[in-house]
Amino acid sequence: MDMIHAEELVYEYDKRDEEGNIIGTNRAIDGVDIDVTPGSFVAVLGHNGSGKSTLAKHMNAILVPTGGTMWVDGKDTRDPNELWNVRQSAGMVFQNPDNQIIGTVVEEDVGFGPENLGVPTDEIWKRVEDSLRAVGMIKYRNSSPNKLSGGQKQRVAIAGVIAMEPKCIVLDEPTAMLDPNGRREVIRAVEKLRKEKNVTVILITHYMEEVVDADQVFVMDDGHIVMHGTPREIFSRVDELKAYRMDVPQVTMLAEELRKRGLALPKGILRREELVEALCQLR
Amino acid sequence: MIRDITIGQYYPAQSRIHRLDPRVKIICTLLFLVSLFIQNSLLGYLVATLFLGCVIKFSKVPVKYIVKGLKPVVILLLFTVVMNLFLTRGGSTLVHFGIFTITESGLRTSVFMAVRLIYLVMGSSIMTFTTSPNGLTDGLEKLLYPLNKINVPVHEVAMMMSIALRFIPILLEETDKIMKAQMARGADFESGNIIQRAKAMVPILVPLFVSAFRRANDLAMAMEARCYHGGEGRTKMKPLKYKPGDFRAYIITMLYLVIIFMVGRFVPFRLWIF
Repeated sequence: MDMIHAEELVYEYDKRDEEGNIIGTNRAIDGVDIDVTPGSFVAVLGHNGSGKSTLAKHMNAILVPTGGTMWVDGKDTRDPNELWNVRQSAGMVFQNPDNQIIGTVVEEDVGFGPENLGVPTDEIWKRVEDSLRAVGMIKYRNSSPNKLSGGQKQRVAIAGVIAMEPKCIVLDEPTAMLDPNGRREVIRAVEKLRKEKNVTVILITHYMEEVVDADQVFVMDDGHIVMHGTPREIFSRVDELKAYRMDVPQVTMLAEELRKRGLALPKGILRREELVEALCQLR
Repeated sequence: MIRDITIGQYYPAQSRIHRLDPRVKIICTLLFLVSLFIQNSLLGYLVATLFLGCVIKFSKVPVKYIVKGLKPVVILLLFTVVMNLFLTRGGSTLVHFGIFTITESGLRTSVFMAVRLIYLVMGSSIMTFTTSPNGLTDGLEKLLYPLNKINVPVHEVAMMMSIALRFIPILLEETDKIMKAQMARGADFESGNIIQRAKAMVPILVPLFVSAFRRANDLAMAMEARCYHGGEGRTKMKPLKYKPGDFRAYIITMLYLVIIFMVGRFVPFRLWIF
């Protein structure tokens, strides 16, 4: 069974003028099909307003589709009886680290999700400890979230989701408000989780570097999925990506330019080491 | 610096008073406040002083801190003392000049009233100094829980309080940022009379409100995404549980209450007019 499965997904919202009269409808998502197999790492790329965040919110039933269907772990997100099960299966991490931390102490915040699920007290403590350890924040368990850096706050938010033991984590631009160090911290934490806990990860982002390790990449533009494939396939189509206003990782870009100038490099180089390797083998 | 502000001025320390259950501290503080009002004798106040002194000693909060807490009530204190001193009639006159008369009972009431007010503030600040804001909200939630039966949303109110506490430092920081941004563009918050200064605050308040609403919206979404659906079926990570020490604290406070009540009634002990 697919972890996440969407068919012909459509989300429309009303466009309103200054007085609040409806003057038309906007389609944020238009006929999207997605399959995510359990345990895989899927990235969704797209520039601002491409509908990628709206898609993410469908996976947690914060938004329900106006057309088509979204199944999360076999549950239809439109079924009100399954609402809390859907949200427990697919945990969500948001963009702004400050606006998603509820507790005044790190460990209390991580315990918030399990508390809501009605997990017994002893079990909550165990889960909190496990998940803080998994993201490397156990040292800060008694700190106030206000004293943490952006990357640390985001790791706490991830721990808060992990503590609910979801099968799948949806990260909605978790690194957009962080500095490069914080970004690296968060991505590393996510990678570690994926390997150790075998959770499905869906990463919504516009930083190309973060999707290099993904199993599948979807590129969205104007509510549609316009490209789909492995990172290598996607990044070998540099010109197409540019047409969708996406940047390509620097290394890929460099390799592409060199190739255009006549060097016999393979398409879709993703990492610096690969480029070095390919360049060394040239002569 | 602005990040370190905690409301209710919690003083972190490891002491017997800190370790008490928040419910104990809330109830015992109330009992202490009651004790100040059911008696009106010198000996009674001495017992209260002894009790308060011991609590402060056990709490490991520096006395300086507690005295500092009196600052905001100084005006009220002076006002009460002066009013009582000049307006209470009874007993023989001690001082008399012009329209001012100070009588024996005037002096007595004003002194006792001042002590009562000071102890009132000190007693309640001991509670806030030794209980974390979260502990206080948890304690209140648990104590007020019976009100749930008459449809008072106790859990929701407690949740709101703890979220407010979480966001105070964030909003303070934001205010700071907005002020600096406005100052960089030539806004002036320091000169002019009160009205002008108040007017200068409007360009700060508007963006602050807008951002607070945006934050509230984000937070509500984040809470829902983490399956928050009210207090029903919710378990607690740190449930409040009475420990033996908590019962001892109750017993000691009750004993104190009985002693102060008896002493005020039945032990004749007077020093001059007091």
